Amino acid sequence: MAINPDLQGRVYPPAEAYDVAREKIREFARAVKAGNPAHFDVEAAKSLGYADLVAPPSFAIIVAQRADAQLIADPDSGIDFSRVVHAEQRFTHHRPIVAGDRLTAELHVDNVRAMGGGAMITTRAEIASESGEKVATTTSSILVRGEGQ
Amino acid sequence: MTTAGFAAAPVFEQLETGLEIGRREIAVTRADLVRYAGASGDFNPIHWNNDFAVGVELPGVIAHGMFTMGAAVQLVVDWAGDPGAVVDYQTRFTKPVPVSDTTGTDEPGAVLEIVGTIGALDADARTARVDLAVTCAGQRVLTKAQAVVRLA
Repeated sequence: MAINPDLQGRVYPPAEAYDVAREKIREFARAVKAGNPAHFDVEAAKSLGYADLVAPPSFAIIVAQRADAQLIADPDSGIDFSRVVHAEQRFTHHRPIVAGDRLTAELHVDNVRAMGGGAMITTRAEIASESGEKVATTTSSILVRGEGQ
Repeated sequence: MTTAGFAAAPVFEQLETGLEIGRREIAVTRADLVRYAGASGDFNPIHWNNDFAVGVELPGVIAHGMFTMGAAVQLVVDWAGDPGAVVDYQTRFTKPVPVSDTTGTDEPGAVLEIVGTIGALDADARTARVDLAVTCAGQRVLTKAQAVVRLA
């Protein structure tokens, strides 16, 4: 099935909020081999000026990929997840993510470009707090490989 | 001389482009990929099932690009001393990182080599861009891996 070119410009509104928990920050920090004490010890985080444990720089991918899942799961998109390769990723932090945050993500499909039998799709997740404060903007480009690619 | 991990925070005025901030090697095993899958929620089987990976024309199990990206930036976080100082971080994933199955041994399934260099300085914003060279078995696996760090 081909990628639907009409995906470009589509916006998926925020779904369920994501609650940033201390243990998730610790678990994610261990998984990326992070050693900074501000990921593990609340007092260490406070000594750097944070209200609670601070997330590693790529933590927002959890929230962004949940938002991307809406697009991938959309039967109308034509995306075969098993043929998806991550091509580019960017995180712009408007402020650090800390434990206790409740985050939402609005997903924008910024670009869809046919490549051989597949397509390169660029999405942007605008991540905000429940009060509407901008927290992070993430941009992902995924390559959906065509057959034989 | 300061000890690694307890180094003083970098001072903007003492930086110049081309300065190396540090380098490290990161050993990666299949267990690391399972751990990252669980922590991130990315359970794509190409990162843990060899037959599946080969079936979709990959060389075998490969690391999550986001594992490599997330682990590589730790050099920058440790240099800055503050994870929240990384205000922008981007990369392109150019080559997959195949991770061999070394279960039951002390051998890594792959080794990432990371070198960080100051790529640009912005005196108005007081930010430094750290460019990361990330290679595995001599091949560059990330390109344009750049972390922008806000300094005091």
